[in-house]
Amino acid sequence: MALPSYTETRYRIWHYIYIAICSFVFFFLIAPLFVIFPLSFNAEEFLVFSEGMKNLDPDAFSLRWYKDMIYGTKNPWGLAAKNSFIIAIFATIGSIILGTLAALGLSSRHMPYKGIIMATLISPMIVPLIISGVAIFFFMAKAGLAATHTGIVLAHIILGTPFVVITVTATLSGFDHSVTRAAASLGSNPVNTFMKITLPLILPGVISGGLFAFVTSFDEVVVVLFLAGLENTTIPVQMWTGLREQLSPTILAVATCLILLSTLILVSAELLRRRSERLRGINR
Amino acid sequence: MSSETKQILTTDGIPLEVSLKKAEKKNKIKAFLLVAPLLLFLVITYIFPIGDMFMRSVDDRMVTNMLPKTFKAMEKWENLDELPPEEVYRGFYEDYKLLAENQQHGKLGQRLNKEKNGFNTITKKLFRQIKRKKIDESASLKEQINKLHKRWRDVEYWQAIKRTAPPYTASKYLKGMDMYFAADGSIAQVDEDRRIHRILWLRTLEIAFFVTLFCFFMGYPIAHLLATLPMKYSNLLMICVLLPFWTSLLVRTASWMILLQQQGIVNDFFVMIGLVADDNRPEMMYNKVGTYVAMTQILLPFMVLPLYSVMKTISPSLMRAGKSLGGTPFVAFWKVYFPLTIPGIGAGCLLVFILAIGYYITPALVGGASGTLISNQIAFHMKTTLDWSFASAMGLMLLTGVLVIYWIYNKLVGVDNIKLG
Repeated sequence: MALPSYTETRYRIWHYIYIAICSFVFFFLIAPLFVIFPLSFNAEEFLVFSEGMKNLDPDAFSLRWYKDMIYGTKNPWGLAAKNSFIIAIFATIGSIILGTLAALGLSSRHMPYKGIIMATLISPMIVPLIISGVAIFFFMAKAGLAATHTGIVLAHIILGTPFVVITVTATLSGFDHSVTRAAASLGSNPVNTFMKITLPLILPGVISGGLFAFVTSFDEVVVVLFLAGLENTTIPVQMWTGLREQLSPTILAVATCLILLSTLILVSAELLRRRSERLRGINR
Repeated sequence: MSSETKQILTTDGIPLEVSLKKAEKKNKIKAFLLVAPLLLFLVITYIFPIGDMFMRSVDDRMVTNMLPKTFKAMEKWENLDELPPEEVYRGFYEDYKLLAENQQHGKLGQRLNKEKNGFNTITKKLFRQIKRKKIDESASLKEQINKLHKRWRDVEYWQAIKRTAPPYTASKYLKGMDMYFAADGSIAQVDEDRRIHRILWLRTLEIAFFVTLFCFFMGYPIAHLLATLPMKYSNLLMICVLLPFWTSLLVRTASWMILLQQQGIVNDFFVMIGLVADDNRPEMMYNKVGTYVAMTQILLPFMVLPLYSVMKTISPSLMRAGKSLGGTPFVAFWKVYFPLTIPGIGAGCLLVFILAIGYYITPALVGGASGTLISNQIAFHMKTTLDWSFASAMGLMLLTGVLVIYWIYNKLVGVDNIKLG
């Protein structure tokens, strides 16, 4: 963003103001995440930086809250983490299967009533979560699935499929359909064509949709609060309870782990996006 | 004969047109079958339950089913300003006796009490008389019931029963707007000091509007910067947008709770630069300030990403052309660049507004009493008061608002143009 040498002074000033505003916004976006890191290593129970921490005294830092998170007797984090992963994995698999099939159908130019069907399939993403929560709760209560893992997995499939539908439809929009016709003319059956030709090409889209579905499920709290019993508690539900009752440093230890997880997911999503663009021949 | 010879046939002798139509139909069915599993799943587990919410919100069949004979007899009650005829009393007595035998009379008393205060007492009185078998069924029931309590002689109470006759009611929707059906059936406003829901609706709109505005003013410059910087820098800065986007909502809310607390870093900073005195630290959490700050940071990526994807497609030569034709940078920006970004602005603003209007978690944690929104009220009625029909009614009112916005969004941008990252 170097300015050309002929720029007038007032535009120069304006340019620096613009850079300053942008820096402030980036700081505003990212800085809150980094407050959590140092505080989770606090040796004391308070959620403020102690004098020792400000002076970088090694004694002021400790791993006690991480130990508490893993070994703490009263802490339900172990169960919550197990539930969260089980639910998110099954919800992701369900979302990927249903969402990819639907996206394949929607991308076909023969699809009737495309607009209204697309709107229906995406609606769980647009409808406020609280309303989805109430509606899904009524269904699960009637079906006898409230306070079961199955019920929560089904609920998260509802919330996760729109992401898969959107990402896979986007991938398919740049898809060259002549390759499937070529496969068919060479004698391949549709299932074989899908597995050998279509799937490898749309895989980045499928996986990145799956990542969205995974994060949606892993982070979802509103619907789970309606559906979950004591045994179905998840990490977000535990955090919600913890934040409402008493902010303990153990929550910060959990939060740090979650930030590391999201960094991991961000990196994989970014790599996938680039691979997908390369495969589809989009150069930027 | 001549028309047949013109027709083109396929190798199996079927006219080409027919054969093509058949293939077309087959393709349509194939495409639909691929969508069918998800569509069916969503219709059963999601669309129907939303319909069920609507049924619950207007359902008022409880009294209708409890007092069938009363309502049948009331059809003959012509002059509504006078007490109803003997048949109505008899019908009510028989219905009530049946309810008392099935232990259902308490529910009726409570429901009628909601319609008109004072019903609980007089129905209980009637119940005791029936239990002691003090009512002579062969004599006039009108006289005996009227003697029990003076309220039974008040025609307003009988009018209240009649008002509960229709199996469906819009009263929950009126309650959501702080209104109710008055005794004569007209719509009335509740007392000024009890109008809590209207405040909540307005506050929800206000917070959603201002959060959208803040997000726009913060998101536009950085989206522009990201779109114009060379790739190697913009990719790095993009992480600042994407990392919060992928991070758990609760983690981000927790970090704001730490930052904004009274002994928190933001307050420390204000004290350090001398903006506030150390012993007079302002409360920045558990009020609207907290809700605004946290929600703006949480929803900002949803503004930046659509803006960025639109700005990325705008060629930088357009701005140069504008300047070379004599426009100052401001004019070139305002007349050339800005109009081209309007689709992105529409997408980002509507996305943020829709998300903000239904927000629940963050306002509940950092909002305190003055920061709670309509979603919190819905959750409260679902979990605490268990008034599910009222929660459904308010949910559907919110949903209607969102669908209107969604419809506008679809007209302006198209749902299939949503881009994620």
